[in-house]
Amino acid sequence: MPHPFVVIFGKTVRYIARLRGGGSALPGLFVEKISPDFIKTTLAQLPLGVVVISGTNGKTTTTKMVVALLEAHGLTVFTNRTGSNFTRGVAAALLGDIDIKGKLDADIAVLELDEAHAVPFVKAIPPRFSLLLNVMRDQLDRFGEIDATARMLEKIAQATTDTVVLNREDARVLKIKDSLTDQTVELFGLSDTLLADFPSDDDMRAGSVKKVKRPLAKVLLKKYAGNSATYELAGREFSTTLKLNGVYNVFNSAAAIALTYAILADDTKPDTIISTIAQVTPAFGRGEELQVGGQPLELILVKNPSGFRLGLKSFSPVGYATMIAINDNYADGRDMSWLWDVDFESLADEGVTEVSGVRAYDMALRLQYDEVTIGHIERDLSTALRQFIDNNQGKPKRIYCTYTAMLTLRRELSKITKVETIS
Amino acid sequence: MNIYGDHGNLLVLQRRLEWYGYEPNIIHYNVGDAFPADVDIVIGGGGQDSGQEVIHKDLVKIGPKLKALAEKGVPMLLVCGLYQLFGNFFKTLNSKTLTGIGILDVETHGTNERLIGNIITSSEAFGDIIGYENHSGQTYLGKNAIPFATVLKGAGNNAKDGHEGACYKNVIGTYLHGSILPKNPKLADFLIQTAVTQKYGEFSHDIIDDLLADLARDAASDRPR
Repeated sequence: MPHPFVVIFGKTVRYIARLRGGGSALPGLFVEKISPDFIKTTLAQLPLGVVVISGTNGKTTTTKMVVALLEAHGLTVFTNRTGSNFTRGVAAALLGDIDIKGKLDADIAVLELDEAHAVPFVKAIPPRFSLLLNVMRDQLDRFGEIDATARMLEKIAQATTDTVVLNREDARVLKIKDSLTDQTVELFGLSDTLLADFPSDDDMRAGSVKKVKRPLAKVLLKKYAGNSATYELAGREFSTTLKLNGVYNVFNSAAAIALTYAILADDTKPDTIISTIAQVTPAFGRGEELQVGGQPLELILVKNPSGFRLGLKSFSPVGYATMIAINDNYADGRDMSWLWDVDFESLADEGVTEVSGVRAYDMALRLQYDEVTIGHIERDLSTALRQFIDNNQGKPKRIYCTYTAMLTLRRELSKITKVETIS
Repeated sequence: MNIYGDHGNLLVLQRRLEWYGYEPNIIHYNVGDAFPADVDIVIGGGGQDSGQEVIHKDLVKIGPKLKALAEKGVPMLLVCGLYQLFGNFFKTLNSKTLTGIGILDVETHGTNERLIGNIITSSEAFGDIIGYENHSGQTYLGKNAIPFATVLKGAGNNAKDGHEGACYKNVIGTYLHGSILPKNPKLADFLIQTAVTQKYGEFSHDIIDDLLADLARDAASDRPR
């Protein structure tokens, strides 16, 4: 049981931090400093234990889906909904959910964790289940290399006590299977026809995707077109329409379903799974749609080349005004090389109306070499946003943005429209 | 070996040649391919340490052909991983030695220290060169290698010498990603001009507007390491 003083103090800090707006990890930092065992003792109370979700792309939306699926099956779930996926973000979320005595009213904890922070976390708190989504080129300046990131995910898998769910279509993730002896392994995957839509960083410049025989997957995304998808769950086929957009979000729904199966085993109800997945919307900034001046405005988070490529592939630019906002703060990654691993030719016909962010000129230079026309370049995000909206009235809008650019844009947008508050 | 955005270098050479009115013919050389006969520019990138081992054997095999091109004055740009393997050897942390093809008189030693972040260097020929470095191999120059540039901000070849990259004739090895060519068009034009002059005896061309590159250079220069 955490010390009552820690809980009250932590809760107060959380309240104050929310009053000054943003900063979901700040109160967690206080608790972490004062009582390092806080997370461990609080989570140890949970009857179904801890689930960890990690990987480069799609953690937040996948976690949101897993929580919805478990709740639809009647469980009370604790999660770090903020997308603040460092340890102190978990502590901060715990503070919001525990009562004054430090008791957490939940059956299970589903946590998304940043790869690097997950390693010390699982060492202290071994998860019962883990879901490892993918290893893509992202924030290499923080972790060094993709192979190093894969080793971090391997450590999460090895610390897991019950079942590890892995992406069959990511060679680095699948390989983790070979290092596991005590854990059950379940896989999720894609049909051969869909696989071509998911070139990995390695395949990208290597020409066609190699066909190799792959192990059987428990959950398969068989078909995906427009807003409908067909899954194969434990050998049976199910089709549904989706509110999710973007191929990668839809693939991650297969991951969420596979994890749900692993947790609930025989208690899993396929019909409940399908009706729940049909209603899930993307997490904030992951294809989220706002209304500005009677027109939709979509925010699409881009943080690595594969995510950016899939975003461009998922959303047609025809009829839309497009803005791109690139920052290079610590949370975005300082290295701009990744922009050169994305092809922007699909934007050539419509052009890009507004380019913004700290590295606006890097982005503009990238577009120059794909011969994409640019309306304005404005490094300041709020000026650029205003310009973008004023110059494109009566037109649907789409903004591709890096993480910290998205936070700024959402704050600006919340002054003129309804933006979901993330608590 | 294409994971670190070095595709940008290829794209910049291709587009600038087109904008200058030439028709570039791009050949992707992969492990086991027949070595192309008529080569005007060679560029190569970096990759994972694991990727390095895969290409190593093949590179040693085609080494003499690359060496002959280098002696002839063919311009080459090798970034990071291939820079290391164009040297004499790469000694990994666990004392495994990968022999290089020895076009550049340099040697590289694997370390536990990753030299990472924005970097600015300066060379007489190209002025300030702006990029991003990310390597744990540290490279030391032998007496027949000339440093490519002097480091103004960042690490460069290794943690102590204060220089970056190496040159031999028209061969340039460097640690700079970013990609290096988009923000350093002078360097791109050096490769192009050298190759075109060797092929056609002269290089006539229009002027390319590099305003965006200049602005991107300014913005990058002000960023933290």
